Amino acid sequence: MEELKVAEETRVVGQAVPRLDAEAKVKGEARYADDLAFPGMLYGKAIRSPVPHARIKRLDLSKVAAHPGVACVVSPADIPGENVVPVIYRDMPLLAAEVVRYVGEPVALLAAETREAAYRAAELAEVEYEELPAVFDPLEAVKSDAPQVAVPEAAETGNVFNHMVIRKGDVARGFAEADEIVEGEYRVGYQEHVYIEPQGVIAVPEAGGMAIYGTLQCPFYVQNAVAAVLGLPLSKVRVVQTATGGGFGGKEDVPSQLAAMAAVLAWKSRRPVKVVYDREEDIATTSKRHPAVIRYRTGAKRDGRLVAVEVEFYYNAGAYQTLSSAVLWRGLIHAAGPYRIPNVKVDGYSVATNTVPCGAFRGFGSPQVIFAHESQMDELAVRLGMDPLELRERNALRVGDRTATDQLLEESVGLMDAIERARELSGWERLRREAEEFNRREPFRRRGIGVSTVMYGVGMGAKAPLLDKAGAYVKVEADGSVTVAVGNTEMGQGALTVLAQIAAEALGVRVEDVQLAPVDTSRVPDSGPTVASRTTTVAGAAVLDAARKIRARIEAAAREVLGADAVEIADSKVWPAGGDSGRAVPLSEVTRWMWVHNWDMGATGWAQGAPVDWDPETGLGKAYFVYAYACHIAEVEVDLLTGEAKVRRFWAVHDSGKIVNPALARGQVAGGVAQGIGYTLMEYLPSLEGRIEGTLMTYRIPTAPDMPEELVIDFVEAPYSDGPYGAKGIGEVPLMASHAAVANAISHAVGARLTEYPALPERVFALARNKTHPR
Amino acid sequence: MRLRFILNGKPMEVDTHSGRRLLDLLREDLGLIGVKEGCGEGECGACTVLVNGKPRLSCLTAAIQVEGKEILTVEGLWENGKLHPIQKAFVETAGVQCGFCTPGFIMATYALLSENPDPSPSEVREWLAGNLCRCTGYAQIIEAVLLAAKYMRGDALRVTRAEKTS
Repeated sequence: MEELKVAEETRVVGQAVPRLDAEAKVKGEARYADDLAFPGMLYGKAIRSPVPHARIKRLDLSKVAAHPGVACVVSPADIPGENVVPVIYRDMPLLAAEVVRYVGEPVALLAAETREAAYRAAELAEVEYEELPAVFDPLEAVKSDAPQVAVPEAAETGNVFNHMVIRKGDVARGFAEADEIVEGEYRVGYQEHVYIEPQGVIAVPEAGGMAIYGTLQCPFYVQNAVAAVLGLPLSKVRVVQTATGGGFGGKEDVPSQLAAMAAVLAWKSRRPVKVVYDREEDIATTSKRHPAVIRYRTGAKRDGRLVAVEVEFYYNAGAYQTLSSAVLWRGLIHAAGPYRIPNVKVDGYSVATNTVPCGAFRGFGSPQVIFAHESQMDELAVRLGMDPLELRERNALRVGDRTATDQLLEESVGLMDAIERARELSGWERLRREAEEFNRREPFRRRGIGVSTVMYGVGMGAKAPLLDKAGAYVKVEADGSVTVAVGNTEMGQGALTVLAQIAAEALGVRVEDVQLAPVDTSRVPDSGPTVASRTTTVAGAAVLDAARKIRARIEAAAREVLGADAVEIADSKVWPAGGDSGRAVPLSEVTRWMWVHNWDMGATGWAQGAPVDWDPETGLGKAYFVYAYACHIAEVEVDLLTGEAKVRRFWAVHDSGKIVNPALARGQVAGGVAQGIGYTLMEYLPSLEGRIEGTLMTYRIPTAPDMPEELVIDFVEAPYSDGPYGAKGIGEVPLMASHAAVANAISHAVGARLTEYPALPERVFALARNKTHPR
Repeated sequence: MRLRFILNGKPMEVDTHSGRRLLDLLREDLGLIGVKEGCGEGECGACTVLVNGKPRLSCLTAAIQVEGKEILTVEGLWENGKLHPIQKAFVETAGVQCGFCTPGFIMATYALLSENPDPSPSEVREWLAGNLCRCTGYAQIIEAVLLAAKYMRGDALRVTRAEKTS
């Protein structure tokens, strides 16, 4: 009964409706990039540098071209437009022409009749390299005598791509007032996305231009990149998203590179060209989460109040800028955590090295600093003799507080509610007590309980407000069904279904009557990139805007048809306001009437994020228009004899405003928790002299038995007034919170501070034995 | 060489060569795109099909190994648009996100439930250890398998939340 009452307020939004794309996926009918083929299609492949830093002395492709089945080879001179993969900067060439800067950098391309011929021919390129000194570690690369990696125009100084700061209050005074100060250095390595569908695109020449089909998050980025390399106007490049088998940020900018390769090959050969990476090529050459070195100092009063935090962090960006400046910025803004701190000093550096360019990965530069700030909070709690959850409660941001960038939080801050709910669901005090009792009892096993709290700035923020806009087109058909067109992509997160629910709610139709148009840049409005957990909030607002315009027209028509002063619409039925809904007429009668009377059945909608404003000199200002929050609690058991850690139980509570679809939101949280567990415990991708060799045999991600047997997920909803029906973003937040809760649980279990990811058994074993972290 | 086998209940006869992977035969020669390649080295399980009722990784299976055998792919589970109870369960529990691993999970589930119609949650977890999913964190997949087991045992159909709202 209670549920029905809620359902009357919003009938579709808030319901766990099944995904609109699920049926095609369970039948095996959904077509992903490698499932498409075109007549005459060739298979494209890159010829890549085997060395990390070198001058190219000679490039000879004659043996490649002569190999049976090879239809086309491309060297830098064959690129008809600009030799660039444009992302934020334009420093990354599509093909290295003079200097290679990382192992795996493409130097030439080929296309062949079969995959096998393409692989074999790629081995035949004769490239002479004159090796240059190389640097792989960001702390080495910033030294004045380090080899110059960064393209100078793309760097602030030397190999420092970007240095960004926050200067709030006076940290020296803050630390002077502090009763306790903790300090630490934290390190993390790569994290690889492991979307189960590898990268793939197909370029198909068409009338005067190029069509691209691919697995991707950001069709408008791809359009821009392909236009640049072909020297075409944007209108001659059409990008169509195929079914996309996971993204997590890994298909934000990388598809631009694949599409540009395929497009140049297709342009020269005048045939369709498919470029699909195998898993090894994907792991070795595509973007990852930035490895980092992070130094923190945090001061608090005896009662737990934070008074100062000082942070210095270095992100290993790899050889080219790609998205690193934006990743660094998000790390900077999130460095002080979801806490009230009067004095904040942060210095973040993204540094060029001779390694594969890093990029976007769920959390986008925030998980690294979250590991550090949440570790610091637990260190402080130990020093103060205070419960770690209580320490967080004392400092948690509330409405009316100011963030680290001095932004006033005017609404929608559900952090305290999330903490309280997590405390209650987990039975925090009992849980901690039971773990301590277990540890006294057991000789060779230790249990620990860890917590983390996070905030997440929804959308692009003040770093790129020009991208925080979205267009939408909504059309009601004569039979009352609805077509919605937006340029945001479904990659598994459920955008398609959530946007359909928003349209259905606003129009008063059943969700099954709403169809999302395929994403094709020639037919859908530019709604910006599908990143930054922004789709529900920003594209949803654009869909709402368009749907409300249509709704007004439907109501006007319905008044005519029913001869009523006012009407009500729901479940694709219409009736006079205040009248008996049992005598409603189908919506199709009204839409048919509109069609017959030549009414305009479609409308465009537009939305942009509320204004943001941030000063790069001080690092202060309104960084994001709204924030989402979460509190996660993990119970971990460590085997002291092997160092193995296992997450036994997990509680995750989120404030992402109104939850549009609880089943899909739960899926986002569970998936993010899994990726966070992987990040902390097992995902290890070593790089030796800039060479990454990984397969799914060596790079382990969580499997079903690695997940906690009990995973409790809940939502507290602090609605956001500018979000559709009060919704904020959720996609990235679960990963951001989960890994640090696991890390804190391990430290609690073994009684020593984990300072490096991943917590492989040998590291945990050494940590437990020596009580200091091995390097 | 000629190869004969039963594919999704129908006799098949195709020409192939000794180096051909079963995965490529199914996807490229026979158009069964529900069989997915996620790694090509037997780690992810996306290419799982049933050979004589047993789950097999089609990326590590030579096509010639299936001579005279019965192969079942995800396309063979549904008929005339009607979903198999396992497929229905994956839809209802939101056990599908990006969907790329889904056919492999569905086939692994089919094999599990043929052997063990009433698995415990931990048996489900262990059985699925060979299939990677990067989206769901497995929770709703495990729910899907348990719901499918219930459907297939012929228990009274549970009224799911999804059905209530539609």
